[in-house]
Amino acid sequence: MSADPASFRFVSTNRRVREDRRFVAGRGHYVADVALEGMLHVAVVASPHPAARIASIDASAALAMPGVHYVLTGEELAAATDPLMNGLDTPKVKRHPLAVGYARYGGEWVAAVVAESRALAEDAAERVQIDYEPLPFVINAEEALKPESPPVHPAHGSNVLLDRTFVWGEVEKHFAESPRHLAFRVTWGRSSTVPIETFGVAASWDPWRDMLDVWASIQMPKYPDQIARALRIPANNVRVHQDVDVGGSYGVKRGIKQTVLVAHLARRLGRPVRLIEDRLDNMGGGDAHGPDRIFDVELAFNDDGIVKSMKIRALDNAGAYAGRAPFQLGKPIGAIVGPYQIESVQYRAQSVTSNKAVQEAVRGFGQAPTNYAIETGIDKVAAALGLDRVEVRRRNFIRKEQFPYLIPSGSTYDSGDYHTVVDKVLSHIDFAALERERDRLRASGLLAGIGIAACLEPSGANSAFEPLLNEKNTTTTWMDSCRIVVDGLGFVTVTIHNTSSGQGHETLVSTVVGEVLQIDPDLIRVVRPDSLACLPSNSPVGSRMAIMLGGAAFHAAQKLKTKLTRIGAHQFGVGEDEVVYASGHVSDAKGGKQLGWIELVNIAHRHFHLLPEGTEPGLETTHVMQVPTGGALPKDGKVQMYPCHSFEFHVVLMAIDPALGKPKIKRYVIGHDCGTVITPHIVKGMTLGGIAHGLGAALLEEFVYNDEGQLITQGFMDYLLPSAHEVPEVEIVHHCTPSPFTVFGQKGSGESGYLGAPAAISAAVNDCVASLGISFNKLPIRISAIGDAIAEAQQAKEQTR
Amino acid sequence: MKPAPFDYVRPASLHEACELLAADDDARLIAGGQTLVPMLAMRLARPAKLIDILRLPELAGISEENGTVAVGATTRQAQAERDPVIRASVPMLARVLPWVGHPPTRNRGTIGGSIANADPAAEIPLVAVTLGAEIMLATTDGTRSMPADDFFVGAMVTSINQGECVRAIKFQVWPHPRVGTGFFEISARRSDFAFVAAAAQVALDEEGHCLDIALGLGGVADRPLRLDVSSLVGTALDTASATDAVHAACVGLDAMSDLHASAAYRRRVAVTLCIRALEQARDSAAAIPEKAAR
Amino acid sequence: MKVELRINGQNRAAEVEPRKTLLDALRDNFLLNGTHAGCEHGVCGACTVLLDGDPVRSCLMFAVQADGYEVTTIEGVAPAPGELSVIQDAFCETHGLQCGYCTPGMILAAHALLQRNVAPTREEIVEAISGNICRCTGYGQIIEAVQFAAQRLQKANTPRPTDVSVVEAK
Repeated sequence: MSADPASFRFVSTNRRVREDRRFVAGRGHYVADVALEGMLHVAVVASPHPAARIASIDASAALAMPGVHYVLTGEELAAATDPLMNGLDTPKVKRHPLAVGYARYGGEWVAAVVAESRALAEDAAERVQIDYEPLPFVINAEEALKPESPPVHPAHGSNVLLDRTFVWGEVEKHFAESPRHLAFRVTWGRSSTVPIETFGVAASWDPWRDMLDVWASIQMPKYPDQIARALRIPANNVRVHQDVDVGGSYGVKRGIKQTVLVAHLARRLGRPVRLIEDRLDNMGGGDAHGPDRIFDVELAFNDDGIVKSMKIRALDNAGAYAGRAPFQLGKPIGAIVGPYQIESVQYRAQSVTSNKAVQEAVRGFGQAPTNYAIETGIDKVAAALGLDRVEVRRRNFIRKEQFPYLIPSGSTYDSGDYHTVVDKVLSHIDFAALERERDRLRASGLLAGIGIAACLEPSGANSAFEPLLNEKNTTTTWMDSCRIVVDGLGFVTVTIHNTSSGQGHETLVSTVVGEVLQIDPDLIRVVRPDSLACLPSNSPVGSRMAIMLGGAAFHAAQKLKTKLTRIGAHQFGVGEDEVVYASGHVSDAKGGKQLGWIELVNIAHRHFHLLPEGTEPGLETTHVMQVPTGGALPKDGKVQMYPCHSFEFHVVLMAIDPALGKPKIKRYVIGHDCGTVITPHIVKGMTLGGIAHGLGAALLEEFVYNDEGQLITQGFMDYLLPSAHEVPEVEIVHHCTPSPFTVFGQKGSGESGYLGAPAAISAAVNDCVASLGISFNKLPIRISAIGDAIAEAQQAKEQTR
Repeated sequence: MKPAPFDYVRPASLHEACELLAADDDARLIAGGQTLVPMLAMRLARPAKLIDILRLPELAGISEENGTVAVGATTRQAQAERDPVIRASVPMLARVLPWVGHPPTRNRGTIGGSIANADPAAEIPLVAVTLGAEIMLATTDGTRSMPADDFFVGAMVTSINQGECVRAIKFQVWPHPRVGTGFFEISARRSDFAFVAAAAQVALDEEGHCLDIALGLGGVADRPLRLDVSSLVGTALDTASATDAVHAACVGLDAMSDLHASAAYRRRVAVTLCIRALEQARDSAAAIPEKAAR
Repeated sequence: MKVELRINGQNRAAEVEPRKTLLDALRDNFLLNGTHAGCEHGVCGACTVLLDGDPVRSCLMFAVQADGYEVTTIEGVAPAPGELSVIQDAFCETHGLQCGYCTPGMILAAHALLQRNVAPTREEIVEAISGNICRCTGYGQIIEAVQFAAQRLQKANTPRPTDVSVVEAK
C-alpha cells in the first residue's frame, strides 16, 4: 500500500507543525494549568531509609497545621484500592502508591498530606512523625542475584523477578564451529529521559454522575482501565481528559501510582485534588528511572569478521517494584541481532529487585542499551582482527535483497538498505577527509577518534513481549484509531484518541487526511475527546504513531472518499468505477458531470431521498486498526515483535585533551532511514532530540545511589542535563526505504537518534583512547574517569621505558 | 519545593539592615538570591526573616580611586561584566565573569552574594583571593575589612559574624602598563561549578620579563587558594619555569573528591590549568604594545 | 503582604506570602500560566521572565522583590491576540519546539538577545539559551529559529533600541 513519494501533495512537504502556534504564545494547557474550584494540593512524605519497617505513623501534628485537610497512609489506601498491575506473573511483588508496612527504597512515598496549598502541605509533611526500623538492603544487581541477599519482597522468596533464557538457533554448535571468540561486559548506568515538566495529576469525583474526572501529564496505554481497576470502579466511571498538553514524556509519564493516590483522595474528601511532583519528588520517588543494566556478551566469529552467533546475558536492576523494567528486557528481542545476519542467539534476561526507585518505560524500551552492547561487540570483532569497523559492519549487514528478513528470535524485519545509507553517509562526510582531520587533531597533541554505530529502530509497537515473558498474559491486540466527521457545512473534524507530548499528531493526522481527501490540511480540525468518547488507542509509545495513527487516519479517510464517490456515482446513475474523485469533488469520467464538495455534503446531510440504498445519513467514518504483522501469540519462545524497522548510522568525530579528559564532539553525522517521512520537521526534531538524550546517557546523566542506599543525584545540580553548549550541531543524511506494511511506506521515528547515539559516542571515546590501551565499558563516561585513566596509562607507559 | 515561611523586610539603610541582622539569629540577608533561594526551596536554609539589601544605595556602584577599585556588594554580575572600569582596571574579573553561571543568573546574582556564599568552586571568590582583594564588611559599629584569604575559611564558611554584611570588595589596580590575565576552568558542562579553576595575572616589562604575578586555584580545596609563584618574578615566564613553579606551589595540595571528580583528577588538572592560565596571562600581556599607556 | 507589580505593561496587585516566588505569583495570582515550573531550583530555565528586558529565573525571586521592574512574560510578547511576534513566528517556521514546555523561556531568552545583538553568531545564540534546558529538540531547530528571526529583524524596516539616540533633556 505504499504510495510513490513523488506524487504526494502534502505528505513529506515542509509544512508547519500546527501545535507550535499555541505553545509559542504560552497557551499550552498543561496539568498545572488545570484549576478546579475547591481544589486541594498534595505533598508526599518520603522514606529516608532504603529498607525499613514502618512501625508507626503519627499524623496528629501535621493535621493540626493550618490549611491541612487530610493525611493519607499506605494502610488506608491499600484497603481501598487494588495493588498496581504487574506485568509478570509475580503476584507476591505487590506495589501500592504509598508504602504498606515496609519502605522499600530511599525516597519511596510513605504518606500524603492534603492541604489548601502546596506550600501548606509541605509545611505539614515535615510534621508527620514516622517511626522506622531500618532493615538490611541491597543496591547492586549482582548482589541482589545472590540467594543470600536481603529480599526486597520476602514473600516472593528472592530478588529474582525474571530469569529466562532463550535459545534461538544452534548456538552451541555455532560457537564450537567458529574459529574466533570474544567475551566482554558493558554496563548501562541508570539514567532516564527526565522531562522538564514533572508528572502531575488532578482528579475530581462527581457523586451525582458517578464520574471520576482525571487530568494528567500522561503518556500511557490503558490508563483509564488501570485507574478503574485500582479504584475498583466501573471503567466507564473514569473520564480522562486528553486535551491536556504533556510537557515531554519520552515514555516515562505513566504516573499510575500518583493517579490512584490522587483519585482516592478526591473520592474520599469530596473535593478535587491535585499532585504536581516537585523535582525532588520526581527524581527520588516518581518511579520514572530507566534501564540499569549489565550485559555479558560472547561472540563467535570467523577470520573475515562474520559474526555467526551471539550469547547475551542482560541483568537489569528493576528497583523495588517490577514496574516496566522486566519488559524492557523483552522488547529488544525483536531486534536482538541488530542489523546483522547473526544466525543464532542465546539471550538470558534477568531482572532483579533492589532497594532503588522503580523504572518506567524509557524511550526505546530497552533497545538503546541493547544496541550499545551489540555495537561494542562489533567494534571488538574489528579490533581483534585488525579490520576496519565500517567494513566489518558491511560484511555482517543484512542485504537489501534479503528483506523481508526473519531473525532467529522470530521477528521479520520489513525492509532496509543499510549499505546504501552507509555509503551515503560516508560520501556526505568524505570519510577519508574525516580521518585526516582526526589525524590532524592527533598531531596537535589531542587524543582523537571516530565512533560509529549502526542500529535499528523497531517501530509500530506491539506488546508481544508481554506474552513472551508471561504466558498467562495472552494479549495480541495492539491498535489505534481515528474518526473523521464532515459537518453539515462541509468542515472536517478528525478525532484522535490519546494524549500527545510534542510529537505533532494533530499535524500528522491532518496531513494524512488532507492527502487522501486531497483537501487543504490547514482547514482540518483535529481534536482529542475525553476517554469515554474515544475509540481504542494505545498512546504514542514504541515509535508507533506515524504507522498506526497515520494508518488509521488513512483508512478512515479512504472510507470517507469511498462514500463520497458512491454518493456522486448514484447521482450520475453510473457505477462507482466510472467516476473520479479529485480534490473533494466527484466527476463522471465520460459525461462531463461534476458534483462539488458542498453539493455532496448537502446530499449526505439533508437529501436522504438522493442517497444510495442502505447509506447512513451524514458523513462520518471511523477506522480501528490492528498493528500490521501482529496478532499472534509467541510460539517456542519466538514472536513477531514490531512491524517496521527504521535504520540509523552514526558517525562521530571526537577529540579529548589528554590533560583534562573532557570529550568534545567535533562533528556528528547521522544517516537516517525511516521510510516515507510524513512530516519532515517532526522527524528532524525527533532525531536531534534523541541524539541529545543519547549524549546525556553516554556522558552526563546518572541516578547514583551511594553505599547507604541514598540517591545522591537528587536535583539538576547533580543530575546533569545537556544544555545547548553540550549538544553539537548534527548533520542528517536521509534515505528512504519504504515499508511494505504501511499506507505511505512510513516507519516510526519517535525514538530515533537515542537508539544509536550512546553506542556511537562511547565508541568515539574508546577510539580516542585506544592508542593508550584503555577503554571504557560503563556509561556514563565521566570526565574525571577519562582523565584518571589517561593519566594512569601514560604513567604506566613512562614506567615501562 | 516551597520554602518554609519567613518574614520579609526591606530596610531603607545599610545601618538598619545590620541592626536587624544583629538582633535576630534567625535572620538572613537576601540580595540576588541565586544561591540562597534554591537552599530555601529545598528547606536546607530556614530563616525566620529575610532582609532584602539588593536596593541599598550604600552597597551599589563601582568606583575607582587612588589605585583601588571598589565594587559594591550588590553589583550584579552582568553589570560588572559590562562595566568599563572593571574591564580596564580589574581585567581578571572581566575575563572570568562570562564563566559564572548563565546569563539569567548573572542578571540577578551579585558580586557580594557570590563572595558571601563562598562556594569552593565559585569563580568570583577565586578572583578575590588571587588578587588579594580586601573584603569590606558593614557592621552595626561601622565597617571592618580583611583580606580575601582570611575571609574564606572553608566550604561555604566565611569569617563573617552574625550581624555583618559584605559591603564592598576592593581590588588593587596594578599600575603596570602591560598587564594580562588568564583563566581556565573544567566542569562537566559549561558554566557548572568547576572541578578545577585557575586564574592568573601577570605584568610584564618592556622586554617581556615578569614584574608581578598572581595565581589562584579554585574548586580543588575547600576554599580558593592563592598559590605562591613569586619565583617567576624577573623571568620571561617560559613554559619550563612556569611548570616548575606551579609544581612546587601545588605540592601537598588538599583536594576534594566527589561524584563528579576524584581528588587525583583535581590535583593533576590543577597543575595543568595553572600552567595554562599563566601562559594565557603572559601572552595577553605580551600582546600589549611596549610603550602603551594604560 | 501586598505587592504591586508591573506585568506586561499593566499594573497588577496581589496579596501574597513573602515566600511566594514570582513564578508562583504569576501563575496563581495573576493567572499567567505561560511561565512554567521545571525544577524550582534555578537550573532548567522554564520559569524565565524578563525583568526590565533582561532574562531572569522567576523561581529564584520572590514576588515581594519584583516591584519596580517591568516584568515581561510570554503573554506579553504577542503583538495582538492571535498574532505572533517575529520571534514566535520563527519558532513555528523552523519547528523550534515540540512539547512547548521550555518554549516560553526560550523565546524570552531569544527576545532579549535580539534586542541587544542584531546579528548574533551561533556561539552567541548558544550562550544566550544556555540557561534554558530543552529535552525534546536537541536545540538544533531552536538555534535555527533564532537565526531566522535575526535575519528577518535585520531586514525589517523597524527601529531597534540600538538605533535610537538618547537625547538629554535640557
